[in-house]
Amino acid sequence: MTAVLVVLGAMVGAPLRYLVDRRVQSRYDSPFPWGTFSVNLGGSLVFGGLTGAAAAIPGPVVALVGIGFCGALTTYSTFSFETLRLLEERSHCYAAMNVLISVLAGVGAAVLGHEALRAFVA
Amino acid sequence: MNIRMSEPIDPDVDLHFGSQRRAVARSWAPVLLAISLGGGLGSLARYGFSVLLPAAPGGFPWATLSVNLLGCLFMGVLMVLITEVWSAHRLLRPFLGVGVLGGFTTFSTYAVEVHQQLLSGTALAAFGYLTGTVLGALLAVLAGAWSARRTAAVLRGRVAG
Repeated sequence: MTAVLVVLGAMVGAPLRYLVDRRVQSRYDSPFPWGTFSVNLGGSLVFGGLTGAAAAIPGPVVALVGIGFCGALTTYSTFSFETLRLLEERSHCYAAMNVLISVLAGVGAAVLGHEALRAFVA
Repeated sequence: MNIRMSEPIDPDVDLHFGSQRRAVARSWAPVLLAISLGGGLGSLARYGFSVLLPAAPGGFPWATLSVNLLGCLFMGVLMVLITEVWSAHRLLRPFLGVGVLGGFTTFSTYAVEVHQQLLSGTALAAFGYLTGTVLGALLAVLAGAWSARRTAAVLRGRVAG
């Protein structure tokens, strides 16, 4: 049952990543991968929130929204491939910024979501 | 800073390239369906890893580390094959790259687990997981791309020779 919920959440999360990525790119013309950054930030915030409110959220919702939807909305393979491509294009500064900003903001978003929802549920 | 790129930076969709802008405009429904199916399969495989390699509370998240490193390795191989070796079917990259590998790897679980390591594990384990995944992922994507290029060159040499 959990596996089915994970797949259902992912079938929405993955195409949404593609749509958000496209939308962000068409708004901001930059070699910096803001599209991937945005989905990773958003997904980390939502999943962080779920862990913060874990006491009040049933397991199947965590499987559907957290593991499935947020898991597929966010990506590590695209993030590291983009960093490699920036290095190959000799944009070392963008590559370093991509790693630093993505990791710091991603973990920060997970902490923020966790603390905000924990305070809300308590 | 403005750079002129010969190949896309973003392996999912890169609107700096006219061919990709046209492909987006032409066929969005089959592309979204391919991504959705691929994402479902990739995430199912990721869930399978989490069942096979369950982390104890506060324990080290080996399952997520494994899927992220494997997914990056495959992404390196796939992108070299698609951009340098074959002219692939137009739905192959959305299905495998954006869908399967995008659904298989995850950033949100990683971010949440770094936080959980901070809460229940140790700061050292959290820092090790944080930096180990980043560096391992970059090495994996590099190793994937390099080995695909080497293999293609050897095969081409054999065909030519």
